[in-house]
Amino acid sequence: MPGDMLQILRPDGTLVGDAPVDVDTTRDLYHAMVVGRVYDRKCTAMQKQGRLATYAPFEGQEACQIGAVAPLEEQDWVVATYRDAAAMWFAGYPMVNLILGRTGDERGGQIPEGVNVLPPSITVGGHMIHAVGTGWASKLQGDGGVSLTMFGDGATSEGDFHEAMNFAGVYQTPTVFFCQNNGWAISLPFEQQTNAAALVDKAIGYGMPGVRIDGNDLFAVVAATTEAVETARSGGGPTFIEAMTYRIGPHTTADDPGRYRTEEATDEWRRSDPIDRVRAYLVANDAWDQSWEDEVADEASDQVEAAVEEAEALDPFTAGEVFDAMFAEPTQTLLDQRDMLRRDG
Amino acid sequence: MNGQATTERTMAQALNAGLREALSDESVVILGEDVGRTGGVFRVTDGLQAEYGAERVVDTPVAESGIVGAAFGLAVAGMRPIAEIQFMGFSYPGYDQVVNHVSRIRNRSRHRFTAPLVIRIPYGGGIGAAEHHSESFEAIYTHVPGLKVVVPSRPIDAKGLLTAAVADPDPVIFLEPIRAYRSMKEEVPDDSYEVPIGVASIERPGDDVTLIGYGAMMREVREAAEVLASSGVGAEVIDLRTLVPLDVETVIASVQNTGRAVIVHEAPRTSGFGGEIAATIQERALYSLRAPVERVTGWDIVVPLRRAEKHYTPGVDRIVAAAMRTTEGH
Repeated sequence: MPGDMLQILRPDGTLVGDAPVDVDTTRDLYHAMVVGRVYDRKCTAMQKQGRLATYAPFEGQEACQIGAVAPLEEQDWVVATYRDAAAMWFAGYPMVNLILGRTGDERGGQIPEGVNVLPPSITVGGHMIHAVGTGWASKLQGDGGVSLTMFGDGATSEGDFHEAMNFAGVYQTPTVFFCQNNGWAISLPFEQQTNAAALVDKAIGYGMPGVRIDGNDLFAVVAATTEAVETARSGGGPTFIEAMTYRIGPHTTADDPGRYRTEEATDEWRRSDPIDRVRAYLVANDAWDQSWEDEVADEASDQVEAAVEEAEALDPFTAGEVFDAMFAEPTQTLLDQRDMLRRDG
Repeated sequence: MNGQATTERTMAQALNAGLREALSDESVVILGEDVGRTGGVFRVTDGLQAEYGAERVVDTPVAESGIVGAAFGLAVAGMRPIAEIQFMGFSYPGYDQVVNHVSRIRNRSRHRFTAPLVIRIPYGGGIGAAEHHSESFEAIYTHVPGLKVVVPSRPIDAKGLLTAAVADPDPVIFLEPIRAYRSMKEEVPDDSYEVPIGVASIERPGDDVTLIGYGAMMREVREAAEVLASSGVGAEVIDLRTLVPLDVETVIASVQNTGRAVIVHEAPRTSGFGGEIAATIQERALYSLRAPVERVTGWDIVVPLRRAEKHYTPGVDRIVAAAMRTTEGH
């Protein structure tokens, strides 16, 4: 991995610095990462079976997604993308809604009141400014809320990245910009995404602190995000975090990475697996055994299967229902069109 | 509104009064370029920052996508933002936010999240402004599902529609005709009132031809009705006031009575909103028509700069000529 970056847990599971959480919490976060992976692999399998629309796997990014959400509280906001299902789930977005969304159903976005997680952004880069807006609202409303936005290296090339970072800097919104630099934007490698040596260098241009971390190191993610969240919550404004990680899988299930990259680099990153690393740490601290591992795996599997079952049990919208959520009340125009659809099929 | 206190105001002043009223709700935030210290390039927000502070009336960096996107986030989190874009010609960087986020969050979350925000956009020509400052591309907003599009033509409607737009649970594109900001004054109630979104106004009854317009073109439409009256042609004048949702019933009832329709807008002709109205008329009132529906519009050209702009904007003569054509031989 290139450049200077914060690392606390080495790939072999030994510590370079202080663990930001205790062993019990580490076990909880490990459990959550396993749930994320089971969910991810299940969705990939379901897509191949034709049960899901296109799916964007996040394998290899579990430390980023669970670790970044770990410091958040109930009043905080998460504004993330189609590749951030584990983060969204860990922030309270029900798994059934995530799966429902990927089956191709708008009710995926109909999450419970009180869960401040927006449905995943599908277009790249337009959503980061929303976390500036929600953070700004928290500031005006005085609720102490922090907004976390997650995005990839590709999104930093969008003009909206600039506008979001600039607004956050100008208004000192409590926004944490968490970039998962996973090396690839579909087929474009990081080296062609930017001429900057590191994305974290961009933070200074917006007058905000930036930190570059090992994104496959759960402890580095938790430590950096905790500091950023505390800074934001105490009125210190936004932080930009560049987490170095790797997209082990394809961009989506419709993508074929064999057209643009070799397996060797991917294999190297597989050896830096974020879940294996935490397991090694737990083993070294006498906080892991096989029966617990099996228990965690079974629970994760049951949880995912239950969500799948619930999502698939829901009937698709009727013809009429597709008109129901354009406005608070359907306009006469929409009611007329609904009648046309019912009349003519 | 009889018996209530009124003040003679231009549209800019009426909007200013409406915004001041809106700010009494603490969830309302006004944001845009130069809206604070200078009161906006058209002075519509004049004095509001001095009264409500820089946290409520916010000068933003020059970034329209940022303005609309931040307003979206504010709205989703329970605020009532009113964003100002300086000119329609500068609104396009924010269009992605409007189309991909603002207009669809309610549907993609099935009512769980909403974006009750107002985007105020001065639009249209007629003041000899610089390039990009005279566009009338309302159709790029009326074409997007999930948006309401409002266009006042006069001070009293501007204030009432603005109040309705701020209270609306859904996003409203609020188009302000630049040419009408100061061209007309009328008595505007001081107290709060709403002009409902989606209801057209029959400004003048008539039995011979229906003139349908909105925004700044209403001035020419009104004058044309006078000219037609002097020729013995009774024109019914409809100010649409809202483009989406369109008040189809008012338009159709009028055309069923007159049998003739002339649609007026300054936007380019092709794919202009007039085409939508004409299509609706033929769907709903074809057998009442006694002549083809006429469209009097801007041309499919870039709005000419100041010295030749008069060739672009429809004038009274073109409206009268179109109306007279509908009456010939019938």
